Amino acid sequence: MFTPFGTKGVAPQVRGDGMTPDSMPTSPHIGIYRWRITMTLSILHRLAGIVLYSGALGLVYWLVSLSLGPGAFATAGWFFHLWIGQALLCLWSLAFFYHLLNGVRHLLWDTGRGFDKPIHAERGALTYRVSGWMIVVGALLLTALAWIFGWLILGGAL
Amino acid sequence: MNYRSPLSLARGRGSAHNGTAHWLAQRLTALALIPLGLAAAVLFFWVMRTGYYEVIALMHRPWVLLFAVLLVGVVFWHGYLGLRVVIEDYMPPGRAFVFVTLAKFLSIALALLGIIAALMVGFGSL
Repeated sequence: MFTPFGTKGVAPQVRGDGMTPDSMPTSPHIGIYRWRITMTLSILHRLAGIVLYSGALGLVYWLVSLSLGPGAFATAGWFFHLWIGQALLCLWSLAFFYHLLNGVRHLLWDTGRGFDKPIHAERGALTYRVSGWMIVVGALLLTALAWIFGWLILGGAL
Repeated sequence: MNYRSPLSLARGRGSAHNGTAHWLAQRLTALALIPLGLAAAVLFFWVMRTGYYEVIALMHRPWVLLFAVLLVGVVFWHGYLGLRVVIEDYMPPGRAFVFVTLAKFLSIALALLGIIAALMVGFGSL
């Protein structure tokens, strides 16, 4: 009997089916699977969500500064013009477009589309991996387009 | 030592009864945030190249004020639900309860702060 962490003298728990916890089949750990884009995108969706929560903090700070008067508003403007403020705005915009696109994909999944067995066997890759890569490219493209349009064409004095 | 199986521990406790409401609210707020978020992105670039008094004048428009209040409210509602899912997935139940409560208080406080600030600007005399 394999006894982890030196649990000598402790009788192994025998369940009704005669299996002990040590001999029970467990699902393989993540390390055993081949890397797929879907794994990264799933965790990135949550990460982007947390990043966007900090962005909401920035929005509240900006609104409060607006309510406090021109001085406080100018301070907020000064902060968002610093390299740290600019980096935050870039990060938030990327997280926004990624979370938006992947969120729409999640909403489509919630309708159950493409999950019927015959369709899934035929187009599973389209449902998960191809759409995943489309979202990566789409988020980068939309972020770049938004900044190019907002910054250069609108002539924002950032 | 506890010899009861996980199933017998869960049995008799009944359903939490409100899981579906959270699930649905997360998706409905997500849907609402598609137009609200896109409008915020457009306004962001407009605001970036204008000054204080132009922004104040814009916030005096009823529809813009309504938009700002809705945006802040829905953002923190959706944000709280999202944080809650992440906390419950990665933390043991006892600690998860503490952090979910903290996330709830933080989200309500921040949403109210943002809404109050927006209303002060919108109803302000400046």
